[in-house]
Amino acid sequence: MLYISTKYQIIRKDFPFYLGKTAHGGLWVQIKNLPGHLPKESPSHVFLQEIMKWNGWGYSDSRFLFNKKGQAEFTGKRYIIIGMIIPGLKDWFECTFGASLQHKTPATPLLNSSAVQPPTLNEAFVEELKSTGIPFSQDAEDRVFRAHGHCLHEIFALREGKFGRVPDMVVWPNCHNDVVKIVELASKHNVCLIPYGGGTSVSSALECPPEETRSIVSLDTSQMNRILWVDEKNLTAHVEAGIVGQDLERLLNESGYCTGHEPDSMEFSSLGGWVATRASGMKKNIYGNIEDLVVHIKMVTPQGVIEKSCQGPRMSTGPDIHHFIMGSEGTLGVVTEVTMKIRPMPEYQKYGSVVFPNFEQGVACLREVARQRCAPASIRLMDNEQFKFGHALKPQVSSIFTSFLDGLKKFYITKFKGFDPNRLCVATLLFEGDREKVLQHEKQVYDIAAKFGGLAAGEDNGQRGYMLTFVIAYLRDLGMDYYVIGESFETSVPWDRVLDICRNVKARIVRECKERGVQFPPLSTCRVTQTYDAGACVYFYFAFNYRGLSDPVHVYEQVEHAAREEILANGGSLSHHHGVGKLRKEWMRETVSNVGMGMLKSVKDYVDPNNIFGNRNLL
Amino acid sequence: MASKAVYSQRDPMLKKRDDFEDILEERRNSSDLRYALRCYAPVVYKGLCPSKAGTLKSMVLQSDQLHYVIHQVCRETGRAVDDVQEEASSILEEMAHRLQLSTVRFFAFTLSKVFKTLFRSICVNEEGIQRLQQVIQEHPVVLLPSHRSYMDFLLMSYLLYTYDLALPVIAAGMDFMGMKFVGEMLRMSGAFFIRRSFGGDKLYWAVFSEYVKTMLKNGFAPVEFFLEGTRSRTSKSLTPKLGLLNIVMDPFFKGEVFDVSLVPVSISYERILEESLYARELLGVPKPKESTSGLIKARKVLSEDYGSIHVYFGQPVSVRSLAEGRVNRCQFNLIPRHIPKKPSEDIHSFVNDSAYRLVRAQEENMVLKPWVLLASLLLQNQVSGQKRGIALDELTEQAVWLRDLSRQYGAFLHWPEHTPPSEVVSSSLSLHRGLVRISEGRVQLALGQSYAVTPEEELLSQAVIILSCASYRNQALHVFLRPALLASAIHTASSNKKQEVFNSFSFLRNMFSNEFILCPGTYCMLFTSHWCCVSTGALQVTQQEVLVTERGHRTLVFLTSMLDPFLQGYQVVCRFLCEEATEALTEKQFIPAVRKFIIKHLLAGRLRYTEVLSSDLQKNSLAALLRLGAVRKIKGYQGTLKVNTVMVNSLEDTLGGKLPTQKAVIARL
Repeated sequence: MLYISTKYQIIRKDFPFYLGKTAHGGLWVQIKNLPGHLPKESPSHVFLQEIMKWNGWGYSDSRFLFNKKGQAEFTGKRYIIIGMIIPGLKDWFECTFGASLQHKTPATPLLNSSAVQPPTLNEAFVEELKSTGIPFSQDAEDRVFRAHGHCLHEIFALREGKFGRVPDMVVWPNCHNDVVKIVELASKHNVCLIPYGGGTSVSSALECPPEETRSIVSLDTSQMNRILWVDEKNLTAHVEAGIVGQDLERLLNESGYCTGHEPDSMEFSSLGGWVATRASGMKKNIYGNIEDLVVHIKMVTPQGVIEKSCQGPRMSTGPDIHHFIMGSEGTLGVVTEVTMKIRPMPEYQKYGSVVFPNFEQGVACLREVARQRCAPASIRLMDNEQFKFGHALKPQVSSIFTSFLDGLKKFYITKFKGFDPNRLCVATLLFEGDREKVLQHEKQVYDIAAKFGGLAAGEDNGQRGYMLTFVIAYLRDLGMDYYVIGESFETSVPWDRVLDICRNVKARIVRECKERGVQFPPLSTCRVTQTYDAGACVYFYFAFNYRGLSDPVHVYEQVEHAAREEILANGGSLSHHHGVGKLRKEWMRETVSNVGMGMLKSVKDYVDPNNIFGNRNLL
Repeated sequence: MASKAVYSQRDPMLKKRDDFEDILEERRNSSDLRYALRCYAPVVYKGLCPSKAGTLKSMVLQSDQLHYVIHQVCRETGRAVDDVQEEASSILEEMAHRLQLSTVRFFAFTLSKVFKTLFRSICVNEEGIQRLQQVIQEHPVVLLPSHRSYMDFLLMSYLLYTYDLALPVIAAGMDFMGMKFVGEMLRMSGAFFIRRSFGGDKLYWAVFSEYVKTMLKNGFAPVEFFLEGTRSRTSKSLTPKLGLLNIVMDPFFKGEVFDVSLVPVSISYERILEESLYARELLGVPKPKESTSGLIKARKVLSEDYGSIHVYFGQPVSVRSLAEGRVNRCQFNLIPRHIPKKPSEDIHSFVNDSAYRLVRAQEENMVLKPWVLLASLLLQNQVSGQKRGIALDELTEQAVWLRDLSRQYGAFLHWPEHTPPSEVVSSSLSLHRGLVRISEGRVQLALGQSYAVTPEEELLSQAVIILSCASYRNQALHVFLRPALLASAIHTASSNKKQEVFNSFSFLRNMFSNEFILCPGTYCMLFTSHWCCVSTGALQVTQQEVLVTERGHRTLVFLTSMLDPFLQGYQVVCRFLCEEATEALTEKQFIPAVRKFIIKHLLAGRLRYTEVLSSDLQKNSLAALLRLGAVRKIKGYQGTLKVNTVMVNSLEDTLGGKLPTQKAVIARL
C-alpha cells in the first residue's frame, strides 16, 4: 500500500531531453526512492512540503538558472534535463523583454516565521479535534504553504516575504470519515474550513478572505491518496480525492490502466481539486473532461454527505447533483471519494507537428479537424511568438549533423516554401491508440493540414511543444529573478470568434501595458489548446519587464483585468477550466444572469447556511 | 517650404492647434508632370491582407452576411437564389469603385493646374498628416471631411496623394453617376456610389454595408464619407447622418477589428465656388441664365480668385475609447454576427452622440477668415437699417473688436498677425467684391443693382447676396452659438432670475436643435457658456441672478443679433402655420407656401430679415415643430401636415419673448 505520494519521483518519458531509448506504452517511469528522505517522526505531509518551493513553482531543487557563462540550464535530479544547456534562452529572454542578466530581483530565500501572524485558534475546536487523533499543525511554515495558489500576486508577495491572512491551522484527514468528523466539529464550533488539495489554483481560490474573523482551518486532503478499488468489468476506479495526478496515473499504469486525464498541473494537482474546479485535461478529445470522467462523487458538507445511490452511467433524475459539486470551488464541502472511468493504457503514442504559414490558416485547419471530428488526443496551435519561444528552448545540439539538418529544415520552410518566419505558427499533435489506427489517424490529420498550407514538421517539434507546458511554470520563476512577471489565463470561445478574440486580447494587453507605463513591450501571445464541436479553448500568455514601475503587481492586475473584459466583450467565457475563485467573481453575475446567481446562492444557503466553507469563491 | 504660425498662443483658453503649410507653393515651383508620375508608395495598415480589387468583390459576394440576406429575400419573395444572387452582384457592380493609379495621376496633374489658377494657397496642417500616417498603420481609418463643395473629395484624394498616404475609397451619392464620363472618372479615382435612399431594400443595404465593412476590416483603404450626408448650402454644419457611421463602427462592436480610427477633417474655403449657386438653390430661384454655354461659365469660374483653402486633419478619434463604458459589446454574443440586427438603443444613442462630437470637432478646427467676421458685421449693419452702409474705419474697428471676442471664444481665426487691420479688412473685401460695394469710404452689401422688373424679383436678387453673405457668417456661428443662446435667453427671459434664464436657455436650445449642432443631452453647456461670458466680463452671475455688465452690453447686442434672424424665422414659420395652413397642406407644398407668405411680409416691410427666405431654415423649423409635436404628419401617401394651432401659437410667443417659458412647455419638450 502506498501512502506517501511523494516518495516516488517521476520523469516524463516523453520529455525531449530523455537520453535513453523508450518503448512506447507507459507514460510514466518510476525511479528509485529519493535518498535520505525517509519520513521522520513527522507525518508524511511535511515531507511533501519539504521538497517543494515555498515561494515558487514545483520542487525546490528544480529550477532554471543562467550559469556563469550566461547560458540557461535546469537544476535538480528529478527531471532528466539537468545539465542540458539551452543556448537560445538568454537571447530570447533579453530580446523579448528588454531584460538584462545584470538586473536581478532575487527572492527572499528563507521563510521568516516571525512575519506570519500568530494563529487565531478556536480552543474548543482544537480540544475536540485532538481527541479524534487526526493530525494537525499550527506551525507557521505549514500554514503559509497552504495560504496561496500560484497567481502572480501570491507568488510575488511570497518572494518578497510578505504574508497576508493565512490559515490558523492545518488538518490532515486520512479518510472520508476523518473529513466527516472535521466538518461536524467545524460546524459545531463555527470554524471556517478551506479545503486544500494540490495548491495549484490560479484564481485566488486558496487565499484566505482577509475579512474572515473566525479561525480558519486548512483541510489538506493529501493523505487521502489511495486507490480504493479498481473495477475492471465496468472500467472504473474508486479513488480518494486527495491523490495527485501523477500518482493516480502511475498507480493505474501499474495495472495497465489510465484515466487519461492530464491537466498541465498534473504533477501536483489533486483529483478533488479537479472536481471542484471542473478541470480539463490535455487529452480530453479521447478521454473527456472531468465531468465526462466521473461516475460517482462523495462530498462531505455541513448538512451531511451528498452522493448518488448507484453508478448508472447516465440518469434522468432531475438536474444532475454532480453539477452542483463540480465547479463549487470548495464553497459547499469537501470531495472525499470519486469513482472515475478508467481505460486500458494505449498501445501506441505518437507526437507530431505541423507548420502553417500563418495563424489564420492554423485556426482554419483546427476548425476543419473539429468539424470532421477527427481531433487527435491533443491538438494545439501556438502563435508565432510562442513558436519562437519554443524555439528558444531548444537544447544544445550534440552533433554538427543535427545542426546541419536543422538549418536545412529552416531553409526549406522559409525559403523554399516561402513561409514568413515572423508569421508562421505551429500546431503540436499527440496521437494515441493502437498502432494501426494511430497511423491512419495521423494521415487523415496531416491531409487536412495540407489543405490549409500546413507542412508536417516532425515529432521533435511536437514533443518540445508539450514540454513547454510543463516547464513554463518554472520559467516564470526564472523571469521573476530578472524583473519579468507574467501569467497565463484561458477562455473558451465559439469557432467564428477565435481569430478575433486572439487578435483583440493580445492587442489590448499591449495597449494597456503601454498606457500604464510599462517601459518595454510585453510578451503577449496565445495558443488554441482544445477543440470542441462548437468552439475552442484559447490560452493567453502575458509577461512584461517591470523595471521602472513602482507597483508592478498592481499594473499586472489592471492589465489582466482589462484583458478579461476584452475576452468577455469578444464572446469568450469567463473561464474554460481555471475556475472563478475570487479573482474573477466580479463577472459571475453577468456570466450566469441574476436568476442563475440566485440559484447558486440558494444551493449554498441550504448546504452551508453558516458559511463553514468560507473561502468566498465563486459567489 | 515655409510654414507660418497662424496661431499665437497668447490666451490660455485657446486650444493648441497645428501650423499650416501651403502645398501649392511646391507645385508652383516644380513640374506637375513629374509630380503626377512620381513614385507612389504609401504606408499601409499592418493587418492588411493583400488582395486585388476583384477579390474584394468576391469576398463581399461570398460573405456569410450576404448569403444570409440573399436566402432571407428568397424565402420572403419566393424568388430563385440565383436570381437574387445575380441582383446582389449587379448592385455591387453598380456600387463598387475601381481605384486606378493612372486615373489618380491624371487627376494629380489636372488638379494641380486647376488649383493653381483658382486658389492662392492650399494650406494643410502637416502634424495632422503625420498623425494620420501613424494611425493608418495601426488601425483601419475612416476619414470624415466636412462638406461644403463638390471640390471636397477630389481635394482630399489630391492631398493624400501629395503626402504619399493611402488613397481613400469614398462614398458618393448616386447623382454623380448621372454624369456618365465624370462618374466613371470619379469611380476610377476611388469613389463608390450609393443610392440616396434605399429604405426597405434589405439586399441593397446588405451589399452596401458588407462592401464598406470588407474594405475597412481588411485595411484595403481608408474609407471616406461625409457625416453631413450632403453639401451644406448654408456653411452651417448639418445634422449628421448615422447610417455609414454605424456601418464603420460595427466591426469594432463585433470584435472583428481591435479599433477603428475616425479622423475628422475640416476643409474651409475662403470663397466657396458654389457661393451664389447655393443661395439660389435655397431661394428656389432657377440658376442665372447661362446665356452662351457652360464652357464660358467654367472659364469665368477659372478666371476668378477664390482665395485660399485650409484643410485641418483633426486628432484621430478611437472608436474603442469613445465606446469605453458606453457600449456593452457582449450584446453580440448570443446571435451569430452575420445575421443583421437593428442596432440596440444604447448603440444607437452612442453612434448619434459620436456623430455629433465628430461634427463638433470638424467645426472647431474649421479655419475662419477675417471676411467671416466682416460678413457678420455687415449683415447686422444692413438690418439695422443704415442704407448708406458703414464707414470703412468703423468697420475695421468693429472687426478688431470682434476678432478679439471670437478668439476669447476659442475661434480658429486666421488673421494675419503682422498686417495692419485696415489692410486685412480691405483685402478681404476686395476678394469678395461680388458681395460688397465700397463707395465714398463706406461699405455696404452689393444690393439693388439689379435690373429686376417686379419688386419680388428685386427682393430675390437681393436675397441672393444676403444669403451668400449669411453663409460666410454661418461659418463663425458655432463659435458664438452657445454664448448667443445664453444672450438670447437673457433677452427673452422675463426676469434676470437664474432659473428663468435657464428655462429660457433650455427652451431655445431645444427649439434650435435641428438648426445647429448642439450635442444631445449636454446641459452643462449652460455653465460652459456662462463661463465664456463671465470670463469676458460680459456677465455678472450672482447667487440668484444673471446681470449684464456695462462692458458686456456690446457683446450681448452682437450675440443676440447673431441669433435674431433664426428666432424671427421660426416665428414667421409658426405664424404661417397658424394663419395660412389649410387642412390639405402637405409636406411637399410647405416650402413654396411658406416662401410665398414670407415674401409677402418682406415686401410689406413687416419682416426685417431677408435671410428667413432660406429654405434650409424653413425645413429645419418644420422639423423642430414635428419633433416637438406641434405639427403632426398624418399617415398617408401625401404626408399631410396637421397643425396644433394652440401649441404653435404658444411656441411663437415664447420665441418672441411675449410668453414666459412656462415650466409646462419645458416639461413637454
